[in-house]
Amino acid sequence: MYRYDEFDAAFVADRLNQFSDQVARRLSGELTEEQFRIHRLMNGVYLQLHAYMLRIAIPYGTLSSRQMRKLAHIARRYDKGFGHFTTRQNIQFNWPALKDIPEILGELASVEMHAIQTSGNCIRNVTADHFAGAAADEIEDPRPYAEILRQWSSIHPEFTYLPRKFKLALSGSPHDRAATQVHDIGYQLVKNAQGETGFAVYVGGGLGRTPMVGHKIRDFLAVEDLLAYTQAIVRVYNLEGRRDNKYKARIKILVHEKGFEPMREAVEAEFAADKSDLLALPQSEIDRIRTYFAPPALKEREASSLTVEARRARDPAFAAFVDTNVSQHKHAGHGVLTISLKPIGGIPGDATAEQMELVADLAESFGHDEIRVSHEQNLVLPHVALDDLPAIYDALNADGLATANAGLISDIISCPGMDYCSLATARSIPVAQRISERFADGPRAKDIGALKIKISGCINACGHHHVGHIGVLGLERKGVETYQLTLGGSGDEACTLGDITGPGFSYEDVVDAIETVVDTYVGLRTDAQEDFLAAYRRVGMAPFKKALYERDSGADI
Amino acid sequence: MPLYKNGSFFQDPWSAIPEGEAISPAGHVIAPLSWWQAERQAFEGSNVPIGVLIDPGTPIAEFLEDLPRFALIALAIPKFQDGRAYSTARLLRERHGFKGELRAIGEVLIDQIQPLLRCGFDAFDVTDPVTQAALEAGRVPGVTHFYQPGVNEAPRTGARPWLRQAK
Amino acid sequence: MSQVISANRLSDGIVVFRAQGGAWVEQLRDAEILADAAAVKAALGLVELDVKANHVIEVAAFEVAINHGHVEPLHLRDKIRARGPTTHPLHGKQAAH
Repeated sequence: MYRYDEFDAAFVADRLNQFSDQVARRLSGELTEEQFRIHRLMNGVYLQLHAYMLRIAIPYGTLSSRQMRKLAHIARRYDKGFGHFTTRQNIQFNWPALKDIPEILGELASVEMHAIQTSGNCIRNVTADHFAGAAADEIEDPRPYAEILRQWSSIHPEFTYLPRKFKLALSGSPHDRAATQVHDIGYQLVKNAQGETGFAVYVGGGLGRTPMVGHKIRDFLAVEDLLAYTQAIVRVYNLEGRRDNKYKARIKILVHEKGFEPMREAVEAEFAADKSDLLALPQSEIDRIRTYFAPPALKEREASSLTVEARRARDPAFAAFVDTNVSQHKHAGHGVLTISLKPIGGIPGDATAEQMELVADLAESFGHDEIRVSHEQNLVLPHVALDDLPAIYDALNADGLATANAGLISDIISCPGMDYCSLATARSIPVAQRISERFADGPRAKDIGALKIKISGCINACGHHHVGHIGVLGLERKGVETYQLTLGGSGDEACTLGDITGPGFSYEDVVDAIETVVDTYVGLRTDAQEDFLAAYRRVGMAPFKKALYERDSGADI
Repeated sequence: MPLYKNGSFFQDPWSAIPEGEAISPAGHVIAPLSWWQAERQAFEGSNVPIGVLIDPGTPIAEFLEDLPRFALIALAIPKFQDGRAYSTARLLRERHGFKGELRAIGEVLIDQIQPLLRCGFDAFDVTDPVTQAALEAGRVPGVTHFYQPGVNEAPRTGARPWLRQAK
Repeated sequence: MSQVISANRLSDGIVVFRAQGGAWVEQLRDAEILADAAAVKAALGLVELDVKANHVIEVAAFEVAINHGHVEPLHLRDKIRARGPTTHPLHGKQAAH
């Protein structure tokens, strides 16, 4: 992974000093709250329902064990002993004091971490495929480019006061695990007819109040043009994006209102007009940064592990764990392990300090010191030897981290909702907990198969419900929580926004409604191999709508 | 208006043109762009120093032709969160080679001085008292290491050619 | 309609309520109940001084009901704000009970 050199360390130290000074000027009153807020946000500090919230950047979701241990230490010393991994591969702490934050940031800087630009109307954390560098289906690891974009966009003098937030995502595999098409700019690594690597570029995707799938603005962007082309897009947005209405200020609205063709022309014109090569990426530089992301030296191993097979034969729980949570690695005899942060009945994405330390230990002992955070709020050890799985499983199991549900119905993605967030209109976590408990039975969950439930506690859609196979949106009607369901969404390469089923369900009834949807699917699928999304795409909304809303008795009147 | 330029405050040689009045032969007034567009014929062949005030988001194409005629361009920043002037300034300096005074006017606060400078502004109309005090005391907050080129920053050789450092 | 004024303490972000006499307290049961709009307006005027003195931010009044001497916010959001997250009964103000 990337390691800071002197310049990078000096940059973070600089920013820390700058923000510490801003905090001091706020506490003394030299800065009003309105003047301070923008700097507070650009250093990841929100004011939430109960307290401040600190959002720490985990660039493209990649962490070392040393960094994970520091997060555990911060959780313990400055917070209430736990952290929350988010849908943008970051981590959030819910109870930090403003006066402690400069010290917390100092601790983070000592392990090459920061909270720069995790909020504010600027370019946010650059996210990437959480299986990058490991997955068998990968064309190329996108993270060197993500790192280059991260650097270039950090405290950018021209793009610090954008109309609204700006999110970039990269995928290096034809199977898009990074949801690139619902980001402001999505970059998909591709190869052209000559075998050269470049990017397919999507612009204007996004979720929130007005979800939109991104438009492909370039079939092939040469890698050396990555920064210059990105600058062109962001500059057009900075100049033309709406500033009159916070809810109409994203680039997706600009693309929609201006029209995609005029937008494309404006971006291409701006890109062509820039005759300087200030931002051209030299191949030598790409290669140099790529060396930081070189795959670890993995031992040659048999494709199949006798240890795993033996244990699998006598231990059904272990078998379920391996079958569900281990994905195919590009190197024989290895696997990509998902550590589920969705224990049955638990809070999605939360981890205690002890759990973080365990994952750090395992990464160090068995994982070539690399951990990933996925936007589905799980952790990943991307490089484990299959032979080590029994030992890893036993250690995880002892600390509640071995739930065999990666990608299954109880692997729920949920925003913090009204229990924590001042923007929320409904609670989301308790709904996730109850769904998880309803479908706790392992064999039943396995039979249901791949099913992504995503829950948002308000229309801002931080739970990404629009791209859930089943999406849940928590709203408020006359002071009472009501939950709207969407079906058939997907954030992958066949990106689709979910369809609303109809009227919402109460807090009491929403879990029953989801069970109705699931039972309907199981009843109409062609066979157990047809997963929920495929079945929905085949049959459409009608059978689900009927099951949810048509009753043969007047029991609900 | 207190004018901050080249590290100190000056008596501003420019003034704003009052609504509906004629521009004096000595010039040194900053007129709204719309006024200039209406009156430019009258200045054909004259070398009276002209300043224009541009609203945020005004396409440069609207006044590009007259750029050589302007001694000063003031870019309005009505609210400090409005970042459009930063792009306009950079384009004026880097793409169109504007050499005159580029002034930020509006809600200009101390924490924006550094990014404004890096985008090519060289003059600031400062009315906020806290900002004035900080500038007078030489306390301009900012960072010293930059991850992207700014206006008038010497290119770096070697690894990561997009890095810059404050002198 | 009875209301209470809440804010967040600047230094640590903790939710506080305005008590009679102007002090900021952490528990809703210690807060001053304002009986009508005029009382709320007067109290908000005084609170401006606390904002300017950088003690509190995000000042807002919210509706409460009194049941047998017990103060209860009317809206779920304010209930959660006054007690703590429903998902972590040991965190927030509810832990002090």
